[in-house]
Amino acid sequence: MTRRPVDSGVPDRLYTVTGGRSRTQDTTFDLVTIVVGEAEPALGMQSEHIRILRLCGRHPTSLVELSSHLGLPVGVVKILLADLLAAGRISARHPRSAAPGAELLPPAETLKKVLRALQNL
Amino acid sequence: MHSRTSDLPADPGPWAGGAGRPGPAGRPPGPGWPPNPGPPLRQTAADGLKIAVVGGFGAGKTTLVGAISEIPPLSTEETMSSAGVGIDDPATSGAGTKFRTTVAFDFGRITLDEERVLYVFGAPGQERFWFLWDRLFSGTMGAVVLVDTRRITDSWYAIDRLEHLGVPFIVARNNFGPPGHSLEELRDALALPPGIPLVDCDARKRHSAKRVLVTLVDHLLTFATDRETLR
Repeated sequence: MTRRPVDSGVPDRLYTVTGGRSRTQDTTFDLVTIVVGEAEPALGMQSEHIRILRLCGRHPTSLVELSSHLGLPVGVVKILLADLLAAGRISARHPRSAAPGAELLPPAETLKKVLRALQNL
Repeated sequence: MHSRTSDLPADPGPWAGGAGRPGPAGRPPGPGWPPNPGPPLRQTAADGLKIAVVGGFGAGKTTLVGAISEIPPLSTEETMSSAGVGIDDPATSGAGTKFRTTVAFDFGRITLDEERVLYVFGAPGQERFWFLWDRLFSGTMGAVVLVDTRRITDSWYAIDRLEHLGVPFIVARNNFGPPGHSLEELRDALALPPGIPLVDCDARKRHSAKRVLVTLVDHLLTFATDRETLR
């Protein structure tokens, strides 16, 4: 179990990180949205933005893994990612399940592939 | 594939191996730290899928996730203020006090093919967690209710919530020792309809954890096939 306190008892810290925002306009980010860095971290950028760009610069990284590596709650990471997306510094690969009109259950064809992959583990 | 900006202090990131990163609680960097983060996602990874393993504390969620994941289980959390949780308590709302609810969860991942990657989330089954389901786990294709037979009431609540949310699920009994009851007795105790698979597992064993997920996806496939034949 690798539990560690994300909120170290200083709630103001999180507000500072997000500039006082508590939610993002962009609700398309999902826990499993895969984030790809599209720009170099640069001086003058907010340190959390720099850390995100470093984490997803070399390898695509999911939002939830970013949240875990950064030690920041999921909602805060969504706000930071929305900033970076708006600035064109990352691209986002959203899950098909989050597409408008997607059904809860993936198509049978997809599930068959998932099943086969799991059986081959 | 970026070269590092030389003006910035180097941070090798989680996949860079041992040297240079601070250890926990001031421990000096050493060969055992940081722990092996497992393989990064493939460059072609594009579609994340979600499965939730729901169970109370000590039911073995993290163990099951760890047994099947290609990375050591990670954890993170989500917070929500009382206003969003929908608690209407005059004692707190009148005073203008904001309460923060925090839910921690762990997860692992399994790369399925070039494009698809499956995330398996260990989700606490307690009441406050369900308020965050839509925000965190919408789009979850299915769930495993991991039963700790010493605390069956935890599972009742999870089963009720999943039925309410319309998330297909199976039930797995984590066997800590020789079972005191048969699976049929457990099915009765859980009031589980006959169509929902109920299996025994040993969450510590990879093959057993794998069988649980295979049983779930097989169950989902039955749903999906039925749905498609009805069209």
